[in-house]
Amino acid sequence: MAAGVAAWLPFARAAAIGWMPVANCPMPLAPADKNKRQDELIVLNVSGRRFQTWRTTLERYPDTLLGSTEKEFFFNEDTKEYFFDRDPEVFRCVLNFYRTGKLHYPRYECISAYDDELAFYGILPEIIGDCCYEEYKDRKRENAERLMDDNDSENNQESMPSLSFRQTMWRAFENPHTSTLALVFYYVTGFFIAVSVITNVVETVPCGTVPGSKELPCGERYSVAFFCLDTACVMIFTVEYLLRLFAAPSRYRFIRSVMSIIDVVAIMPYYIGLVMTNNEDVSGAFVTLRVFRVFRIFKFSRHSQGLRILGYTLKSCASELGFLLFSLTMAIIIFATVMFYAEKGSSASKFTSIPASFWYTIVTMTTLGYGDMVPKTIAGKIFGSICSLSGVLVIALPVPVIVSNFSRIYHQNQRADKRRAQKKARLARIRVAKTGSSNAYLHSKRNGLLNEALELMGTPEEEHMGKSTSLIESQHHHLLHCLEKTTNHEFIDEQMFEQNCMESSMQNYPSTRSPSLSSHPGLTTTCCSRRNKKTTHLPNSNLPATRLRSMQELSTIHIQGSEQPSLTTSRSSLNLKADDGLRPNCKTSQITTAIISIPTPPALTPEGESRPPPASPGPNTNIPSVASNVVKVSAL
Amino acid sequence: MRGQGRKESLSDSRDLDGSYDQLTGHPPGPTKKALKQRFLKLLPCCGPQALPSVSENSVEDEFELSTVCHRPEGLEQLQEQTKFTRKELQVLYRGFKNECPSGIVNEENFKQIYSQFFPQGDSSTYATFLFNAFDTNHDGSVSFEDFVAGLSVILRGTIDDRLNWAFNLYDLNKDGCITKEEMLDIMKSIYDMMGKYTYPALREEAPREHVESFFQKMDRNKDGVVTIEEFIESCQKDENIMRSMKLFDNVI
Repeated sequence: MAAGVAAWLPFARAAAIGWMPVANCPMPLAPADKNKRQDELIVLNVSGRRFQTWRTTLERYPDTLLGSTEKEFFFNEDTKEYFFDRDPEVFRCVLNFYRTGKLHYPRYECISAYDDELAFYGILPEIIGDCCYEEYKDRKRENAERLMDDNDSENNQESMPSLSFRQTMWRAFENPHTSTLALVFYYVTGFFIAVSVITNVVETVPCGTVPGSKELPCGERYSVAFFCLDTACVMIFTVEYLLRLFAAPSRYRFIRSVMSIIDVVAIMPYYIGLVMTNNEDVSGAFVTLRVFRVFRIFKFSRHSQGLRILGYTLKSCASELGFLLFSLTMAIIIFATVMFYAEKGSSASKFTSIPASFWYTIVTMTTLGYGDMVPKTIAGKIFGSICSLSGVLVIALPVPVIVSNFSRIYHQNQRADKRRAQKKARLARIRVAKTGSSNAYLHSKRNGLLNEALELMGTPEEEHMGKSTSLIESQHHHLLHCLEKTTNHEFIDEQMFEQNCMESSMQNYPSTRSPSLSSHPGLTTTCCSRRNKKTTHLPNSNLPATRLRSMQELSTIHIQGSEQPSLTTSRSSLNLKADDGLRPNCKTSQITTAIISIPTPPALTPEGESRPPPASPGPNTNIPSVASNVVKVSAL
Repeated sequence: MRGQGRKESLSDSRDLDGSYDQLTGHPPGPTKKALKQRFLKLLPCCGPQALPSVSENSVEDEFELSTVCHRPEGLEQLQEQTKFTRKELQVLYRGFKNECPSGIVNEENFKQIYSQFFPQGDSSTYATFLFNAFDTNHDGSVSFEDFVAGLSVILRGTIDDRLNWAFNLYDLNKDGCITKEEMLDIMKSIYDMMGKYTYPALREEAPREHVESFFQKMDRNKDGVVTIEEFIESCQKDENIMRSMKLFDNVI
């Protein structure tokens, strides 16, 4: 029932008077209005902007925050108003919803901010009125696509230590940047596709004459060489296809996919040619089969994103293309008929039948004008000119639609790539801020030690030591300190930890990947699996030893600056650092191979070295939360 | 895919048979009708009776006298005419104005508002009868005064007033007596509001049977019609009806 109509409920109840005299049974009792208060004005103070409305207006929707008793939590006794520390702009829309029953979505508002506000006030976004619903849904979809994009790219970058061989292979095929081997494979297949296509082309070029016979194409002159080349290419393609088939997570779906069909079509002619002998009857068909070899060029679409986008565009514009085709066909038939009958009279006319006129119509409508068929009568010429004019129009209409579709999809892709590149820089900056906060703790700990030392010595200089931190900071540090005391481990920074890891691993344990290191779903990399990942990164990238998990070739961000805090702690037991000690289910590592070593100056972790992870008895390790997807900038 | 939204436009053949305007998507009727009527108005033969139909297309005919905005009489007058207090009138008016910003309700609007209270069934016929009962001057629209006058009788009037009002509702042609056909119409409209899904399932003869029992109770002299006196007398003798009439005391 719409809210505005709730005000008409008394009328509806009064209208029931028409039923009373005809009713045979007694009526039920009416509900008593327990607290029949007069309607009163409520003041809602949203971040300083005061809104006022009747209480009954808000009570129209009792399952929202403002309509239920939940708003009592926000009642300010001193000022006798309800105070909400939220955005007043969006609140305007929310309040209008109560008043008019329609929820509008203002276009200038960010979609996630708006969603957050709606969730706070307990309003379902589905109620948005028709006027604004489409806009809202569009924006929401774009946002969701962006999130999915980000998630995908992140998922690609995380290493899941428990991938089977088959899954690694599939990932290597789908995403060549994940490993060197995959990249090599990618380039090799690309090279062979090119070689194969070029061979096909060169085969037909006339190659110079053998004395005593006519000019031969190269394919027949050097047939053995070409045959060998062809064989080699087909071998490579077959091996690639079989490998992909083996690695595919769902073989049935893989077989049905477009790319695999192209693969099959590309290599089939060769095998069929092997099987068939030089039988005269079938050699005609055999020649036709060789045409299919040119489909190998479509295999390039795995290598080129632009080609894939083009294919996707054509697929998505199928209706426009269909319309284009249909209207062209209509026009062709009409004009061909007209031309045929117009030219019927003229002698030696080339327009022998209507299908023969189709060719003329097509050539004219696409403004090609070969000139092999030309109208000779006056009527024919008139209709011919109308035909060419209309051809221009009919073709020019659907083409911009297809072009704009292609442009939109292409730019979307560009934006996705740009976002990924920007994201690294953003994350890096955020990380700097975060390490700033954790460094602050370590810094203050040092100062705290000094404080204690000074207190023991009883000097008054302790005054100007630790007072620079705010109350919140000091409480936070106290909290972290309590955690340290509870677990008997201490926080250190990453530099120290890496060195310690390195030193401990020198001593022991064959290199096995222990997938049990991280059981925490949100933190998916251990320091050590990170090491393993580092072994497979690209030789030509200049990734410093960072927590950056991306293995993209294109990364040029040096995060190195953030990883060199100027402080060194005097303690160097094997500890993991936790950036926020507020996670209740994190425990510090239980790595027991504690090595006490003198801290060396922070150095970049050498790349490419395979370090085995130290075995950890406990499954719950607290991973440096820098690896997590949760980016916290505040100190708390 | 945004392309899919365009599929409809390609499959519509409405633009070919002239039943809608390609540019605005509206039926081409009103603009043509407005022009035609304006032309007709110029002719001396067409008198003012052509005008009421014009005002019904009030949405399109912006250049006509359409935006009727009716303001009710002052609060004091309404307080005198009805038995509502000032505050009650204020609340009633706010609700009324919210739903009908122009100040009057026409039949369509009325039916639409009433149907929101009965989502399962079809309340349009009963709403029409109600509309005719509220529209005391029969001008096709219910203003706030009419509305509040009707409500005042039902909610604040004496039992006899209420019974009178109910009789007025039943008497469709306002001739002072209720025939069986009128009662049957009313009964059918009430049963329509129940909708399809009832327990026990509605039978075709249920309204007719109900009418028969009503007439048996009300029609004293068995002449096939119920007059106002018979009606009031029979109702006053029926305890259930008397008790149910008291329900309206606490609606507002």
